[in-house]
Amino acid sequence: MKVLVTVKRVPDPATTIRVLPDGSGIATDNVKWVINPFDEIALEEALRIKEKLGGGEVVLVAVGEPSWQEQLRTGLAMGADRAILIRAAAALDTLAIARVLAKVVNDEKPDLVITGKQAIDDDSNQVGQMLAEMLGWPQATFASKVEISGTECTVVREADGGLETVAFPLPAVITADLRLNEPRYASLPGIMKARKKELKEIAVESLGADLAPKVKLRTLTPPAKRQAGRKVASVEELVGLLHSEAKVI
Amino acid sequence: MGDVLVFAEHQEGHFPKTTLVAVGAGLELARKQGGACVGVVAGARADELAGELAAYGLGKVVVLDHPALTGRLADAYAQALAWTVSRLGAETLLATATAAGKDLMPRVAARMGAPMAADVIAFNDDASVVRPMYAGSALATVELQGKPRVITVRATAFEAAKPVASAAPVEKLTPEFDAAALKMRLVGFNATKSDRPQLTEASIVVSGGRGLKSAENFKEVLEPLVDELGAAMGASRAAVDAGFVPNDLQVGQTGKVVAPALYVAVGISGAIQHLAGMKDSKVIVAVNKDEEAPIFSVADYGLVADLFKAVPEMTTEVKKLKHA
Repeated sequence: MKVLVTVKRVPDPATTIRVLPDGSGIATDNVKWVINPFDEIALEEALRIKEKLGGGEVVLVAVGEPSWQEQLRTGLAMGADRAILIRAAAALDTLAIARVLAKVVNDEKPDLVITGKQAIDDDSNQVGQMLAEMLGWPQATFASKVEISGTECTVVREADGGLETVAFPLPAVITADLRLNEPRYASLPGIMKARKKELKEIAVESLGADLAPKVKLRTLTPPAKRQAGRKVASVEELVGLLHSEAKVI
Repeated sequence: MGDVLVFAEHQEGHFPKTTLVAVGAGLELARKQGGACVGVVAGARADELAGELAAYGLGKVVVLDHPALTGRLADAYAQALAWTVSRLGAETLLATATAAGKDLMPRVAARMGAPMAADVIAFNDDASVVRPMYAGSALATVELQGKPRVITVRATAFEAAKPVASAAPVEKLTPEFDAAALKMRLVGFNATKSDRPQLTEASIVVSGGRGLKSAENFKEVLEPLVDELGAAMGASRAAVDAGFVPNDLQVGQTGKVVAPALYVAVGISGAIQHLAGMKDSKVIVAVNKDEEAPIFSVADYGLVADLFKAVPEMTTEVKKLKHA
């Protein structure tokens, strides 16, 4: 079984994000960059599938700048077998990213693609679903449990108001939600080994995907700040104020 | 021209508030675009539900009739919705960013080669839209170029549509399917059993965080207050991560976005990822023993206290109030 896992480089969730005064983007000084947390969960699941089946290959793929090598190396240190960086200078929209990934899938022919359910920078939550449609493959978004038996896959999904179970034949695209697993840390031997693993770079233009942007980010603004209210001294005062002042209970 | 097609999601035979919000947003956008707003219903009991939907001020309601649409599976629904957009010549396909909306809409967008904006909170007059990024730390103004286009809206950012006197006409369509491309099967649905209001519908939400320390404490300490207030129960990602409560209670960037009249955050520190899901609530109360916790920076009323003492006291006080 060959599993392709997508990786995005995002600001550490603990970073305070500041919008640049000219609205062109966010301030990137003092930003620590990490693998998108949901992509780590996707990678962990791929590694577990490989371990359970006792073989196969886990391939990482990212579409970004040369600096993204850092996150791919981290993924290799966690246990992925090799990595592909599709070098793209400008940021691409979700459709273009999905088209690029579809080209990679056509070359690599994995049995399964696992993505994070969303990247925590642009919060779009689109690429996995778009990729599935472009490939004509089944999709299971927001997965909290994945079971594979031969070429048949069963996934429990986090739906509104409960858990939905879907089944389909492979190949397919799965997007990872929070409770799917707890990702492992890269071990020291893992980090040593990662240095020797293959990390191939491909120029995005060479894939021949349609990259024409259809979503244009015009400007970023900081949100309005909510004012802090006051501290109350006791539960009695709190409940009293909620009743008589705020009139919400 | 400039028609908006609203995907009317239904759960267990009825329209949740989030669907009426999609209709409300669709009507607003159609007015701006100078077009009509059309609702589309598919799946179990679609005929009956279409009749219900017709009361909400839409220009028309379309029922998609096909056995492949019984379960809401992404591969079938993407085909059917893309077919409907093309058949009606709609300019915008719109849904609320619920779990189902997030699952389906990008797939439809890809099928149509259409640009998509997720979680939109405002429509500008120049056809651009506003959406949060970075857990709400930035608001992006985005242009979607070309037609059709796909939009999901944030449920807390628009008003739910209200019934009007006249009913819209209902039209039944049978979409054309590439049946060989349908590979997904619905195996089952395990509903979270709860007598409480839904998180996205409740006027009061009480959420617990890591401070509650265990699943038992959610039950024994938090739930009596939740029920005394007639509230929905929510949780921070940390509490879900720790396995105290199911994921569908998660409020925040990667969970649900709520904006009730009253939001009570108990034992929640208030990371930006949590604030992203509740900071538009009308009144926010925070109970936390750490007076430096960031949650206090957005709270209208903050109580620095040990939650294990304060929450049972609150339950008692609310009970007293009700019997006063």
